[in-house]
Amino acid sequence: MPHKINKIEFKILSPQQIKEMAVGEITDPTLYDKSGYPAENGVMDPRMGVIDPGMKCRTCGKSIGSCPGHFGYIDLSRPVVHVRYVKTVYKFLRATCQECHKPLGDDEEIEEMEDPLYELYLKKRKKCPHCDAEQDKVKRKRPHNFTLGGRQLNPREIREWFENISDETIKKFGINGGRPEWLILTLLPVPPVTMRPSITLQSSQRSEDDLTHKLVDLIRINQRLADNIEIGAPDFIIDDLWELLQYHVSTFFDNNLSSVPQARHRSGRALKTLAQRLKSKQGRFRGNLAGKRVDFSSRTVISPDPDISINDVGVPEQIAKEITIPEKVREDNLKELKSLVKNGPENHPGANYLKRPDGGKKKITEDNCEKISEELEVGFIVERHLQNGDVALFNRQPSLHRMSLMAHRVRIMPGKTFRLNLCVCDPYNADFDGDEMNLHVPQTAEARAEAEELMLVQENIRSPRFGGPIIGCTQDHISGLYLLTGDDVEFDRKTAQEIVTQAGDEDVVFESETVTGKEVFSKFIPDLTVVFDSESGDEKVIIENGELKQGRIDEAAVGSFAGKLTEKIERKHGTEVTKDFLDSISRLSLEYLNRRGFSMSISDLDITEESKDEITNMINDAEEDSHRLIQNFEEGDIDQIPGQTKKESLESHINRRLGQVQNSANDVVGNDLPQKSSAVNMAKSGARGGMVQLSQIAGVVGQQTLEGNRIHRGYKDRTLSLFERGELSPKAHGFVSSSFKSGLSPEEFYFLVMNGREGLMDTSLRTRKSGYMERRLVNALQDLKVETDGTVRDNRKTIIQFTPGEDGVDPAKSKEGDVPIEIE
Amino acid sequence: MGKKYDVTDHVRVPEHKVLSSEEKEELLERFNVKEQQLPKIYHNDPVVKELDASVGDVLKIERNSPTAGKAVYYRLIVERK
Repeated sequence: MPHKINKIEFKILSPQQIKEMAVGEITDPTLYDKSGYPAENGVMDPRMGVIDPGMKCRTCGKSIGSCPGHFGYIDLSRPVVHVRYVKTVYKFLRATCQECHKPLGDDEEIEEMEDPLYELYLKKRKKCPHCDAEQDKVKRKRPHNFTLGGRQLNPREIREWFENISDETIKKFGINGGRPEWLILTLLPVPPVTMRPSITLQSSQRSEDDLTHKLVDLIRINQRLADNIEIGAPDFIIDDLWELLQYHVSTFFDNNLSSVPQARHRSGRALKTLAQRLKSKQGRFRGNLAGKRVDFSSRTVISPDPDISINDVGVPEQIAKEITIPEKVREDNLKELKSLVKNGPENHPGANYLKRPDGGKKKITEDNCEKISEELEVGFIVERHLQNGDVALFNRQPSLHRMSLMAHRVRIMPGKTFRLNLCVCDPYNADFDGDEMNLHVPQTAEARAEAEELMLVQENIRSPRFGGPIIGCTQDHISGLYLLTGDDVEFDRKTAQEIVTQAGDEDVVFESETVTGKEVFSKFIPDLTVVFDSESGDEKVIIENGELKQGRIDEAAVGSFAGKLTEKIERKHGTEVTKDFLDSISRLSLEYLNRRGFSMSISDLDITEESKDEITNMINDAEEDSHRLIQNFEEGDIDQIPGQTKKESLESHINRRLGQVQNSANDVVGNDLPQKSSAVNMAKSGARGGMVQLSQIAGVVGQQTLEGNRIHRGYKDRTLSLFERGELSPKAHGFVSSSFKSGLSPEEFYFLVMNGREGLMDTSLRTRKSGYMERRLVNALQDLKVETDGTVRDNRKTIIQFTPGEDGVDPAKSKEGDVPIEIE
Repeated sequence: MGKKYDVTDHVRVPEHKVLSSEEKEELLERFNVKEQQLPKIYHNDPVVKELDASVGDVLKIERNSPTAGKAVYYRLIVERK
């Protein structure tokens, strides 16, 4: 039921309220007296709460932990402006008459206004409509000073002014949070000691909180100001001290004000005052309220293991001994748990704690484990080590989608890293250049069941983002399968048998003497019929009744993000079969690749001299054409494109002409490269790189761009000093006619680096922007859920959608957003 | 200025219909909700003005959906501010 909030009121504390809520005035700048006891009327006055264990609060009688703390107050010798309300003070000064203190606007006018205080402030009236008094200019001098007609206004004068504003006027402004003069502080509340506890260092020396330091400074200045007023010191001394007091009060609230120097600790570190405690990522809201730390979690480096299932996660023994699962002792597991307890906390399948039904908790140690294991009874709870088969949640930041946190089955392994199957790198966006991941262990049966049913890796093969598989083969898996399913691959029966066994299927028996690669792969396809296009687009892949008849297995068939075969298997046979399929084909692929050998060399990208000449000629032709275009342009003859200037048109023409070179170079290189080479195999199967990369290495690197245009940055009228001023030729604006293999000239290299740097900047800017967008979206949507009646509601149970997503389709169960209905 | 433009004629504006009080009761019953738990629409929304509906009425909106064909949505008219 939505709780209808009727009203929230934010008000300003009045001096009277400050006095009422305080336990007393704080006047003494000393913290502790000679005996080390907190000084009476000092900043650590014991009436303001207790922070030492064993002491009783002088005000409420409670001890540490239960005493909430109590406020004190400082009587400021001269009033100061509250920094957070400087703007409001300014508005009041400009919206009210300096003579009669009525609003600078008549009643009808104010009646019409939405925010009279602000609108009158904007009007800057020169004359009061009530008393006809001329109004001097009120100016604000940052950070907290005001002038009236050039003369400085001090807070005391402002306060007097505000006191004379009638309640009626304030009402007209629509303000009911208190009196304007309360914006000028005369009393300052002293926060209780419980919110600024001192820390005792090992050397039994006390280190005080930043707020305490600030308060001590404040009291000292306040005292000095009072003394100087007492002895009748000259005005300029008092004004200086007054300004100093204002500074201290301001930085007490916020130590990050613009145009105010930061208050610093003796060591030079800026003090963390009230605003700093709340603000930003490490502040109270985002750091302590929105973010929490958890038990039963661990973090370490990840490394790959192609031999474990995609559902598994390898956990180091060291971690397994630290993280426990509470297990209730039953008749049937008594013996097993006894042996675990007997192993103690140091030996792996052991236990760390024992909980009795009466609530007693006992730590199992090496010394007492034998004894405790004898005492074990039904009904006790043993906190046992993590073991093979337990469920754990595995996560990698940034958690951008729900597949960033998936459930895995634990496998205890030697070593100190988490191990994961290569196929799940994609959903986590993980690699092994030092990435770390987190592991969380659910502690209750409900949590474990939920994790297993909903979050297990195999249940997340189909991504809710596009309704296709996000888990699949990558890199060498694809190369291996592409080579294995080639037309001329043949094994003798023994070898084929070995490969299949290695891939995990021991039941397969080959009948014929020679076995083709396609036959080997077919042994792992579940029963289904499917036809789809391959990555390279040469030949359709045909699978009939679980038999690969035609085509080669590549990225389009089993890759992550694409995987048409994986998709079909998941839809027809379910997640369990798909998991087994992925596990075995990735092992199969690597086994074949290991036997065959796979490496790449520079000669993979050798092209014939004729091709080289062809490309050179193409480049020359294009450059000539470009020069002709430039010449024509200079003579004023240009085919102008609608919506573009002549200069822009020229750029477009040149770009198009040079783009043609690249496309034709791609074709030349593609036709000429040795088709059996590893590099070409990788490009064609989609394992790594594409034709563009190959032709950049062997053919021509091509045009470098900045923000989509040719490169124009650099010196006056030219990119580099080795070109003519105003030169428009391809070479002078970032066209790289060399290939990576032939090597780049210095200026070409420079253009390439410019382009590369732009790419880097783009990525980092994009991730920051999208990260913030994600944060805002998550904050807005975090409480929405689908209720049992099929409506989407928020935490107040108000309806957001009557059917989830208008169509009620779960994208993670859909085929690219549609509900596939198949009639066989 | 001539003829006033009718927003409900626009192709991008889905069909809006004011529910009768019986229909409204039935709707609240069906979803087991209080009036305030329904999605809202301001009384000064152009469509609401056009339909001449008043605060407290519920609009039934039939939207075209690429996946579901028709998607039905209900919105309660509330006073702005």
